[in-house]
Order: sequence, then C-alpha cells, then structure tokens
Amino acid sequence: MNDIIKPRRRFLARAAAAASTLFLAGCDRLSHTTWFPRVLAAAENLNRGAAHAITPRKSMAQEFAEADRSPEFRSNGTANPGTDEYRAMVANGFADYRLAVAGLVGKPKSFSLAELRALPSRTQVTRHDCVEGWSAIAKWKGVKLSAILDAVEPAPGARYVMFYCADPMEEDGTDFYYESIDMDDAHHPQTILAYDMNDAMLPVANGAPLRLRVERQLGYKQAKYVTAIALVDSFGNVAGGKGGYWEDQGYQWYAGI
Amino acid sequence: MPHVEGQVVPAGSYLYYRHRLPVRVMHWVNVAALTIMFMSGLQIFNAHAELNWGKSSYDGTPPVLTISSRQNAQGEITGYTRVFGHEFDTTGVLGASKASNGRWVHAAFPSWLTIPNYKWLSMARAWHFFFAWVFVVNGLAFVLYAIFSRHLARDLTPTGADLKGIGASIRDHLRFRHPAGEEAKRYNVLQKLAYLVIIFVLLPLVILMGLAMSPWLNSLFTGWVDIFGGRQAARTIHFVVAWLLVAFVLIHVFEVIITGLWNNLRSMITGRYRVTRESVHE
Repeated sequence: MNDIIKPRRRFLARAAAAASTLFLAGCDRLSHTTWFPRVLAAAENLNRGAAHAITPRKSMAQEFAEADRSPEFRSNGTANPGTDEYRAMVANGFADYRLAVAGLVGKPKSFSLAELRALPSRTQVTRHDCVEGWSAIAKWKGVKLSAILDAVEPAPGARYVMFYCADPMEEDGTDFYYESIDMDDAHHPQTILAYDMNDAMLPVANGAPLRLRVERQLGYKQAKYVTAIALVDSFGNVAGGKGGYWEDQGYQWYAGI
Repeated sequence: MPHVEGQVVPAGSYLYYRHRLPVRVMHWVNVAALTIMFMSGLQIFNAHAELNWGKSSYDGTPPVLTISSRQNAQGEITGYTRVFGHEFDTTGVLGASKASNGRWVHAAFPSWLTIPNYKWLSMARAWHFFFAWVFVVNGLAFVLYAIFSRHLARDLTPTGADLKGIGASIRDHLRFRHPAGEEAKRYNVLQKLAYLVIIFVLLPLVILMGLAMSPWLNSLFTGWVDIFGGRQAARTIHFVVAWLLVAFVLIHVFEVIITGLWNNLRSMITGRYRVTRESVHE
C-alpha cells in the first residue's frame, strides 16, 4: 500500500509546487504587461463610483476626541524639502511665504500666512490613513479651501484643484510633489489647508507651513509644503498625467480606499 | 445536490450528478479570486508589517503582531515575528527570506507567498481591488443562486437529524472515517456547518473589515468602524479572518484528499461523483 501512496504523494506535492511556481510566474508576467494593469485599474472607477453612490456628497469623516491623538504624529515621505529656497523660508519663519492661487479663476491671488489665518478656518481631530496601512490621529487647524476658492472665483470650467509643493522627490532637487482633488472634495467642509497641528505651528516634518487635509482619502493625497494652487479642467498634461506624484507611480487617483 | 442521473453499473458503482454547473463555475472563480486576494493582501501587509488594536497605529500601546528583521555586526540576518510581546525566530520564512535569485530579502511575507513577488504596493493594491470585485460579484451570485435554486435549503442547511448526529460526526471526523456509498451523496453535518460559517460569517466579515479600512466609507455613518474596535482593529480582523480562511482551505483540501481526491475533483469539474456500494464497511 505504501509503495503506491508514497510516489503518489510525492507526485501530488511536486504537481502542487509546479502549479504554484507557474501561477506566480504568470502573475509576475501579467504585472509587467501594459494591458493587464490597465484592466486591473478599471476597478478604480468601480470603487469610486460605488463609494460615491452609497455615501452622501458631503459625508463627514470621523472626528475624534483630543485624547485619541497619537503621542507622536509620524512623518512619512519628505521630512524636510531641504532646498535652498525652503531653508530660507524656514530661517525667517515663513514671513516671505506666499500661496499662489491661479489657473481657471476670475481673480488670481496670492496669500501670506497672515492672510490665510484671517480667512474662515476649521479645527478638526481626524485620522490620517497611510496607503501603507498605518493610521495616526492629530488635531488640525487650517483655512477652509472653500474660503480660498470663494476669494479667487473659480471659472465654470474648473474641475480639479492642483496642489504644487516645495518638496522635490528626486535627490537632485527636481520632480516636486503635487496632488489634485476634484471640486466636490475641494468644497467639502473638512477640506482645509492646515497651518496648525496639535495647537502648534505645523512642524517642518509634517509639511510646514501649509498642508492639505482631504479627510476621506489616504495620506498621499494630503500634500505637504503646498506653495501653489491651480484650478484646471484636466490634469492630463501635468507631469505624468495621472494627477499626482504617487498616481504617476501607479497609485490610484481616487484614494478613498 | 440534485437528481440522480446515473444508472447502476454492474461493478456496484455509478456516477451521480453531484454539483450543478453554476456551483462548479462559482467554486473555481472563488478559488482564483480568494487566492489572488490572499497573496496580494500579504504584499499589501508587507508595506507595514505590524498589526494594532484600536483607532490608530500610534496610540501608545504596542502592536499585537510585528514581523521584521535585524542584522548583527557580522551581517547575519534574523527574521523575527513578535506576537503579543513573544518573539519567535522566523528566519527564512517571515521577516527575512530568500528570493528566487537566492538573495536575502527583508520582507514580512516571503516572495513565494505574495503577488507581486517583490515589494510593489501599488501593483498589489491593483490586483487586490480588482479581484475584490470578482470575489464579491461571484459571492453574491452564489448566495442568490443558493437561495433560489434551493441549494441552500436542500443541501447546506442541517436537518434536525443532522444536528442530533453532530457528536457522532465529530467522532467520525477525528478518526478520519467518512460517509461512504449512498451517504456520500449528501454533505455531512460538520461539512454543512463549516460551509455555512464560511459563506455567512467569515467571508462577509472579511469583506466588511476590508471596507472598514476605507477612509471614504468610514464617513458613511459616523463611528461605525469603532464598533469593531477602530480602523486598525479592522485591519487586524481582516488579517486574522484571511488566515482563518486559509485554515479552512487546508482542512477542506485535506478532507478532499482523504475522501477520494480524483472522485472529489471530478465532481467539482464535471459534476459527476462515483458512488460505490461497499459491503465491507457497512
């Protein structure tokens, strides 16, 4: 009996191992084709459509008690832009900082930090969910993005808000971080450009002097070191054309999941 | 398990039409989708190889699970897994393992268990979220089919007699004795209960905990994720249930093998299961 079972067992084990090797190699191949990732990406539209279909347009992200705040708010990605321009801004306490707002707007403007602080603000204790899987909770205070938009009068054709940042993603100081959100998110009451974190000025490690909070999406949408905003009808011709630095590396533009 | 179609053959065995086509197709779609979801899920986990309980990862309490690696001054690499503060050396499999090219890789789960087979979070997410739709649509189709075809009522729901025989069934399973002959045409009570728990408890739970990790869906009803302990707790439950599903699959495949691998496989491919009348065991 054993002489029959043993070879059969060995055969089965080998067949299983061979099948799994083939399967893994096949998956690896597919990941490197141009067509298959495109098929997979179709799910992004489904995810966005389904999420929008079942949540109200202005559904609010959960807000937490101050006691829920993380003892230390993790800094991810850029911890310091490190460019000469940025160092100079830090050196004089961002006194020369300006947020430029342009693009498809009636009145292009630029704002100093003091001017931004004078606009309607919102304070919220929210959870930051990184695409890697971790979460941290902090208290944010910032100017409502809708207040900035009101001030510059968006043109009817404006569909997205682009955020341009001071942190270069390449070691040679090029490829600055950027992000984009749609007008629904831009007008969401919790969408702010935060200048304070946990009742103090936003630290350099977390995006000083100004970072985006778009609370229903993952961490990579929360652009740090924002220096310019542009309203556009399409982001197809900006950088890689996918609407953000990480989007250009293959991450989903809709980061609600 | 519907109508008898086969005729008695002289040898005392006959082919019985055990699984209808929709069930067979949905079974194999499910196998593919779950396998891909599991393996891409492990690659996603590798991006942050810690599990926490609570609303955030940084609330002052240590992780419940950490998979990591360290290297000593001599350059020796150790992979370790820490569960509730207890550390285990898992070099070679968890924390540090060799890739197919023979090089050591610092990764929580080894390359042979993940899709893609090296650190590539965005691609793992693309696989995971695409096959999540395949899995959910297939699963819903199965539940609807099971209800309306009466597969659920007839084949999966334990009868009163089934439940009374549960003790005997447990004893039989532990002794690897399984129903044979005419009795093998229907699921036994433990089998029914296992399938029901998988279909109506674990699979919905793993889906729900996946949805609980979506910041957008968190905004659906304020605080709903806290019912399960918070977003990081949801991530932990998602991970644990995924492994419970693997445990089910291992038991399922074991049972398939010891109760007649080829006969079982054929019945899930062609639908036909050979029923043997055995006088020896009865």
